[in-house]
Amino acid sequence: MIEHLDPVLLSRIQFALTVSFHIFFPAFTIGLASWLAVLEWRWLATGNPVYSAIYRMWVRIFAVTFGMGVVSGVVMSFQFGTNWSLFSDKVGNILGPLLGYEVLTAFFLEASFLGVMLFGWNRVSRGMHFAATLIVAVGTLISAFWILAANSWMQTPQGFSISKNGLLYPESWLKIIFSPSFPYRFVHMVTAAYLTTAFVAGGVGAFYLRRSRHIREARVMLGMAMIMAIFVAPLQLLAGDMHGLNTFAHQPLKVAAMEGLWETARGAPSIILGWPEQEKETTKFAVEIPRLSSLILTHDLNGEVKGLKAWPKNERPPVLLVFWAFRVMVGIGTLMILTGLAALILYLRKRLFDVGWFQCWCVAMTPAGFAAVLAGWFVTEIGRQPYIIQGVMRTSEALSPVQSVPVAVSLGAFILTYGVVFGAGSYYVIKLIAKGPDAQPDVYGSHGVKKAQLFTGTMDEPTTGN
Amino acid sequence: MLDLPLIWFGLLITALFLYVLLDGFDLGVGILFPFAPSDECRDRMMNSIAPFWDGNETWLVLSGGGLFAAFPLAYAILMPALYMPVIMMLLGLIFRGVSFEFRFKSHRSRFIWDYCFHFGSIVAAFMQGMILGAYVKGVQVQGRSFAGGPFDWLSAYSVMTGVALLFGYALLGATWLVMKTEGITRDWARKCASYVLGYVGVFLAVVSISMPVMNAGVKELWFTLPNFYYLLPVPLLTAALFAMLWRDLHKGVENRPFFLSIGIFLMGYIGWGISLWPWLVPFAVTFRQAAAAASSQSFLLAGTLVILPVILGYVAWCYYVFRGKVSNEEYY
Repeated sequence: MIEHLDPVLLSRIQFALTVSFHIFFPAFTIGLASWLAVLEWRWLATGNPVYSAIYRMWVRIFAVTFGMGVVSGVVMSFQFGTNWSLFSDKVGNILGPLLGYEVLTAFFLEASFLGVMLFGWNRVSRGMHFAATLIVAVGTLISAFWILAANSWMQTPQGFSISKNGLLYPESWLKIIFSPSFPYRFVHMVTAAYLTTAFVAGGVGAFYLRRSRHIREARVMLGMAMIMAIFVAPLQLLAGDMHGLNTFAHQPLKVAAMEGLWETARGAPSIILGWPEQEKETTKFAVEIPRLSSLILTHDLNGEVKGLKAWPKNERPPVLLVFWAFRVMVGIGTLMILTGLAALILYLRKRLFDVGWFQCWCVAMTPAGFAAVLAGWFVTEIGRQPYIIQGVMRTSEALSPVQSVPVAVSLGAFILTYGVVFGAGSYYVIKLIAKGPDAQPDVYGSHGVKKAQLFTGTMDEPTTGN
Repeated sequence: MLDLPLIWFGLLITALFLYVLLDGFDLGVGILFPFAPSDECRDRMMNSIAPFWDGNETWLVLSGGGLFAAFPLAYAILMPALYMPVIMMLLGLIFRGVSFEFRFKSHRSRFIWDYCFHFGSIVAAFMQGMILGAYVKGVQVQGRSFAGGPFDWLSAYSVMTGVALLFGYALLGATWLVMKTEGITRDWARKCASYVLGYVGVFLAVVSISMPVMNAGVKELWFTLPNFYYLLPVPLLTAALFAMLWRDLHKGVENRPFFLSIGIFLMGYIGWGISLWPWLVPFAVTFRQAAAAASSQSFLLAGTLVILPVILGYVAWCYYVFRGKVSNEEYY
């Protein structure tokens, strides 16, 4: 039975699974690494033990998630070859060096200094330890730079030529790295990662406040998170809008799928909700706002927006998935902005840390960033189908000469493994959160000698448990 | 004009060798893990590699990524040919990789992660050995693609090389522990090392004899004059290294055994490399045929020449930071 399954489909599911699983960790660790650097900096600058307590708590969570990110990332670096070897052969000249640079400039940096960051407390100076944290944070950003350059090139390829034997050759590396969609995708993704971390930190802080535990640490967590929600979430709306306009210019078909628009029209409406049907070429139950699509995309109430029917059927992506993933992403983004707005109002009324409903709300928003990031990647990746490289190579032409059975078996093994690993990882992260920051954080010292409690200032801490 | 394919071939085999050494010793620690005399020993063993494992594994990513970047054709042929062992190796690496962090975080369930660490390490090492065996036996190629079946990699020979690499990594792991631990852990590791050393010798001999027997080209390379005299130092040096290691282990020397094990690996690797020259996909595609476009190779080379020394510098610094014997306490 299995041998009748399509190896292309199986490989796509496997790739989607492994890359979706992987993106959880970078989405979290990019923001977390930067936040840890900020915390350590505040600690070094102020000497306030609250910051080091928060640092120590979150660096453990960082270690767990980073480890899972590393091992799921190793899988990615081999899958291009195992499952998409025709793709690798064709575009190796272009994507190979980009991934090579990612390993050289980012992976080694992160992996090496992570060891110092986690285990080096008593072996290097405080300044050197801070440098290690900073280097890891910068490493995560460099990594994002290269992988997003590679992905953006697959969305908006340029700077290459195709030889007679079908292989792609680089013509201009600057054009390849800085393809038209790259700056927007990079800003949009890094901002998304920062917001993801902010909402996790804020949710955990709110959870402690709700339980009246670790009050001082919780205030810092929620406070810093809300600074991000207030200032960065609206910026993300702006970045997303610009990214969308860029997509409209270079991949108008993807935008038509995101909007669920079938007919080309001047003064095209924006469909808020609906149910696109691929076969019938309509969007059912559409709730529309007249002319809004044209206004957003062309900045003109009567601007022309192309509908899906402008392209042949075999060029169109699965509209339903793209349409709804887009709404999930935008919906969560909107909720983040509203959270920031509520936080601002509460802050001005000096009630940010003691309103019960807001704490519950922030706890509920903890996983929001992950869902938005995943939905956003679904939009951009599924929206590019049926191409693996927009307009250049179809996904169906990229597959390795592998048979269905091995792929089905490996897919099953990945599902099982990732289920176990993800389950256990989540369990340990939740356990670390439940434990919270150490009551006596100041164990730092060349000999690991704890300072007297009097000086750490933890005596007056109204904690109830640890 | 630079000979780009040759430079990249050199860089790639260097990266792969560094991977084999560096992840070799921490996989070796995983292989020996359950046999240690106590939980305290196991904590020490874990602490001795915890700061390094993830950097060590990065050399594998570099080898894979470097193959993709510099020799995409070889990458596109070898990965489908080795589909199942590569996937199994990755799954093994996943289980052992997450075990480091999970183990430190758990108490009652710690034994589960100890086993994941052990069996993950064994699977990863065994699959790497099998990949080695399958690679040596050659890969069927048609046009620019792998043309064999899904089980081509599986043979008695590849099982043998899988077991051989298990022992090889165990030797690296044991001598690493002799260097990094003290007390009963070190004494136990020393016994392990001298026990494993015999097996490594036997397997190395079998592999060395089998390669010229299986392939006429390899035989001609090693056993014609004057090649024979030029290549004679390889087996002689290997024998000398074995003798020195044996003596060190029985005299109680602590640091040198690890470096002698590295020497044995280096000799094996050199012998293996000489036999397969100039094939990148054995007996089908040479490294020159598989080379990426010159502009791709030179673009990445420019950066590599600057960055690689820096990487080697800070990796060495990290090993220096964590120098000396380890304790069994948790660091953070």
